Amino acid sequence: MDIRSHEFQARAVAALHDASLQQALDKARDGFVAKRAVQVAELSEFEALREAAKTLKDHVLDHLDHYLERYEAAVVAAGGHVHWARDDAEARRIILDICKRVDARTVTKGKSMVSEEIGLNAALIDAGLTVVETDLGEYIIQLAGEAPSHIIAPAVHKTREQVSDLFEKAHGGPRLTEIADLVDAARLALRERYFQADVGITGGNFLIAETGSSLIVTNEGNGDLTQTLARVHIVTAGIERVVPTLDDATLFLRLLARSATGQETETYTTLSTGPKRAADLDGPEEYHVVLVDNGRSRMLAGPFREMLRCIRCGACMNHCPVYGAIGGHAYGWVYPGPMGSVLTPLIKGLDAAYDLPNACTLNSRCASVCPVKIPLPDLLRRLRHQQFKQAITPRRQRHALAAWRLLATRPKLYHALERLTARALAAIGGRAGRIRRLPGARGWTEGRDLPAPPGRTFLERWQTERGQS
Amino acid sequence: MNTAREDILDAVRRARGREPLDARTCATLDARISTPVRHLRPTFDEDLTARFIRKLASRSGTVARVAGRAQIPAAVETFRSTHGLARCAAVGAGLKDLAWPADWTIHHDRAGIEETLSVTPAFAAIAETGTLMLLASPESPTTHNFVPDNQVVVLETARILRHFEDAWAALRERTDGMPRAVNLVSGPSRTADIEQTIQLGAHGPRRLHVVLVD
Repeated sequence: MDIRSHEFQARAVAALHDASLQQALDKARDGFVAKRAVQVAELSEFEALREAAKTLKDHVLDHLDHYLERYEAAVVAAGGHVHWARDDAEARRIILDICKRVDARTVTKGKSMVSEEIGLNAALIDAGLTVVETDLGEYIIQLAGEAPSHIIAPAVHKTREQVSDLFEKAHGGPRLTEIADLVDAARLALRERYFQADVGITGGNFLIAETGSSLIVTNEGNGDLTQTLARVHIVTAGIERVVPTLDDATLFLRLLARSATGQETETYTTLSTGPKRAADLDGPEEYHVVLVDNGRSRMLAGPFREMLRCIRCGACMNHCPVYGAIGGHAYGWVYPGPMGSVLTPLIKGLDAAYDLPNACTLNSRCASVCPVKIPLPDLLRRLRHQQFKQAITPRRQRHALAAWRLLATRPKLYHALERLTARALAAIGGRAGRIRRLPGARGWTEGRDLPAPPGRTFLERWQTERGQS
Repeated sequence: MNTAREDILDAVRRARGREPLDARTCATLDARISTPVRHLRPTFDEDLTARFIRKLASRSGTVARVAGRAQIPAAVETFRSTHGLARCAAVGAGLKDLAWPADWTIHHDRAGIEETLSVTPAFAAIAETGTLMLLASPESPTTHNFVPDNQVVVLETARILRHFEDAWAALRERTDGMPRAVNLVSGPSRTADIEQTIQLGAHGPRRLHVVLVD
């Protein structure tokens, strides 16, 4: 998928004026947050589990090479194949080669963010394959020709009316408006596709070194139908997804569903180990795993390595006021919200996504809910710092920051200017104490009044009032 | 030219500022795989069976209890007639020996696209979350768990374990190793992808019914 993060500002403005989007976001916003809060309150061990998960993930990242090798050996022992992809192009080539070799025509897909990251669908379609997304949310946005706007609820930006329109166009027949009927229509439309599929592609929430299994969680069962009914099953996963044992995976599972959808567990958790066995009546004839690096080993080296703990639950975006106001598409690539604002510049380049680390109020809600305790605001701040150092920050902002530093390191000058500004703003504010139009800050005063300061600085009051007490 | 595998593993090692791990560290890590670390588990006092039933019901799964194996077909028949389903079912070969009603059409093959009902033996269940553990085998094809609109799962009460970790331990004790698929099922299929409204029967079974054999 082409990156359009450089259009962030224009897309954010458009999102704020998009009535359907705002209606959809309104409906979604509180649901995720409230459901998660209920689950967290019910599990007294939740905080201790977060800490344990952080420690475990750090242990895995410290010994990632070893666990990847052990995982690979276990997959091979179960009759599966492991492929390694340095970047997105290599991952696409590996998957296309498998599809060509098995003479595939139809490819079904369970939800996989890595497949979005590597731009897989476009490559498959270009090669003449029919690609069918089977997760209901992914199916909806595939019909709409859009990218996911949320990592676990890809069609969260769509209203029911919009889904009705899309289904009417795609399936024909009478227009359906009830959610139950829409879900049934998708079920019916996809049923034959599962059985026709030559290749089924899923993601992998965890890869288990102990058994050589890939693990997926879904609520719909689409991932399972995808990987059970296709002749060939291909798993796409980032290299950071490996965990040592089933017990280790369980630690993350206890956090994942609660953080993601506010469920104690998703409906289906499935472990897949190799292809169909000799006596089996169903299951894929071939089982492949594509391990994707695509910037992850680079991340592991530097100050952003904590980002590799991410288990893709989406809690950070569910709790982000910026995401909640503009939705996921404004972010311009695959991963939106706080985790996306860290990942996008790291994978696609600091200058390709300048606005993302800056479109954050550093309110830290994301960090406070992250199940693996990623310090997202710190990482975003660090990205800003790197942008400044590499002169990617626009000149006007650089000058402003340099000027501020000049003042901030000279306290007397700073306080003198502060006193002057406070008095000037108080004078402009007048009796109402509000400033309707402020030269140089039109962007701020266009939509609201600026409350005027009282005329004296905090320091002035502190000095006089402390003297009195 | 290096292979992608070597390049990635090298990059990982460089990132950690080291060479491949020495034999001793490898042995320690391998021991960590063969003897899994015991993590914190949610504590609860509730009776395992009561909790399993309560948790499964909270996600719209239903349960019927029977006194013995011989009563399983009657319990499945009650479920079938309650929901007005046709007298045909895909029955896992592990349940072949039961006295199924003579007027039913039964097969033990994989589930076909028109399948409406399956009957599946469970390997175990997990009380912690009210979750069934189904293992793929010729006696229990995976398609039975996902293709039909209705699934009945047969579970022995004694097989309800406390935590997921207990189920992994039971899995490791099997002589035939890791099954091709382990399906942990916690209710009927559901989706909330349209306006966050929960709807059952997205792609997998619309109904999940457990026959609990005491």
